[in-house]
Amino acid sequence: MTENEVFTRVVKIITPFAKNTAALGTANVSTRILEDLSVNSARLVDIILAFEDEFNIAIDDDAADRVRTLGDATHMIVSKATH
Amino acid sequence: MNKPRVVITGMGVVAANASGLKDFGEALRETRSGIRFQPKLKELGFACQVGGIPVGIEERKKEYFSSDALLAMNSSMVYAGIAAVDCWRDAGFSYELGTPPANVDWDTGAVIGTGIGGIDTVGEIVIPRVNEGQVRRMGSLTVEQTMASSVSASVGGTLGLGGQVTTNSSACTTGTEAVVSAFNYVREGHAKRMIAGGTEGSSHYIWAGFDAMRVLARGFNDRPEQASRPMSASATGFVPSSGAGVLMVETLDSALRRGAKIYAEILSGALNCGGQRTGGSMTAPNPEGVVRCIRQAIASSGIQPQDIGLINGHLTATMADPLEIHNWVRALECKAENFPLINSTKSLIGHGLGAAGGIELVASVLQLQQGFIHGSVNCEDLHPKLETIAKSVVHATRASDVRILAKASFGFGDVNGCLILKYWQN
Repeated sequence: MTENEVFTRVVKIITPFAKNTAALGTANVSTRILEDLSVNSARLVDIILAFEDEFNIAIDDDAADRVRTLGDATHMIVSKATH
Repeated sequence: MNKPRVVITGMGVVAANASGLKDFGEALRETRSGIRFQPKLKELGFACQVGGIPVGIEERKKEYFSSDALLAMNSSMVYAGIAAVDCWRDAGFSYELGTPPANVDWDTGAVIGTGIGGIDTVGEIVIPRVNEGQVRRMGSLTVEQTMASSVSASVGGTLGLGGQVTTNSSACTTGTEAVVSAFNYVREGHAKRMIAGGTEGSSHYIWAGFDAMRVLARGFNDRPEQASRPMSASATGFVPSSGAGVLMVETLDSALRRGAKIYAEILSGALNCGGQRTGGSMTAPNPEGVVRCIRQAIASSGIQPQDIGLINGHLTATMADPLEIHNWVRALECKAENFPLINSTKSLIGHGLGAAGGIELVASVLQLQQGFIHGSVNCEDLHPKLETIAKSVVHATRASDVRILAKASFGFGDVNGCLILKYWQN
């Protein structure tokens, strides 16, 4: 699974939570999940659960807290999926 | 100082037989039933397998709310939200999906009640997850769907309301109580407008307890449209239903200043409790409380009992119907032959519980404003105790020039609510 593939799936998972749908169209690894996509901060826990289900991984609270951008999410998932 | 007059300047409705004011008005005129056989109730072994569930909502809700918002909206919130947005627009304000109001409206609040609340979320998500030891897997979506105020909080956020935003709960009186509360709130000058009414979700978890109490209709599972039989000798209980009905309650001064359309004037509202004494209990009304509530509403309205042209009753199709009529006769201090016309909207849509008062108030205002009285169906075999007021029962839809309407709701807890509405000549 390449980083590009993971990134695409990450964006798809976050899409229903994003209030700023226009920003999804130009999303890149630097896109900030809360600020740029206008995701309600309370929904981060739901996004983390969705990552766990999608990629069959476990994400502890510390790892979840470090996710700020789409790139952070992608890297974390790739690193956990390859361990 | 005289208190300001209060009018209704907008309405929204999601009901079992129709959604939206236009279709709901037509459904009332046509005496269209919203009661259907519900396979899920049969599967679960309910004695009553019919109910009222608004149709087309899964598609319609996407026209009102973003995918993000819908993630945390159960059925009672969706019904309240659609009805509130419709009411807001009907009152002359704008709301567009994707570009909701940017600023807070400090002049408008909301009191939107629910009888049972988000028990569908509790039953489908909270209890299974917690019992499995999977609390973490619930995610963030449950609290905002199960807190009692979820139905008003979501509306407040959707529309950017800055007045008091709250949820009331008084069983089957809820929707009417909300409108009386809003009436009092704006009359006291706390806000120019309040969006007020009630909502109730569609869930077998909500309806199960009533089925177990044996107060739901039995024997009509193969004839759903005949199951809701208020005032009938063959009534066997109420038909559970769901939906939402809300009204924009506004000071007359504010309405006139902004050139708003006015549907009707609220002359008065009264709320009380029978104290669960003298025949009253948690589940039955103290007749003295009911009579006092109606009389209090009339006394503060400035009208005389004989001015009331139509009663939109609570009338659920239980053994309490004859008692309700008896209480109305006592409260109005009239001879049976002079009793006003009366109908039951529940004969068409069943009993919407916490939504009942709100939906039925929308029905009441439409009838008053549009000059008709909808037929109260399924009581051709009138209960023998109602023979003395038989000519007052409206069986088929008719034109009307009624100018004063009384609407009452009664609920578990021995609580009562009554509103007196007056036709508005634009």
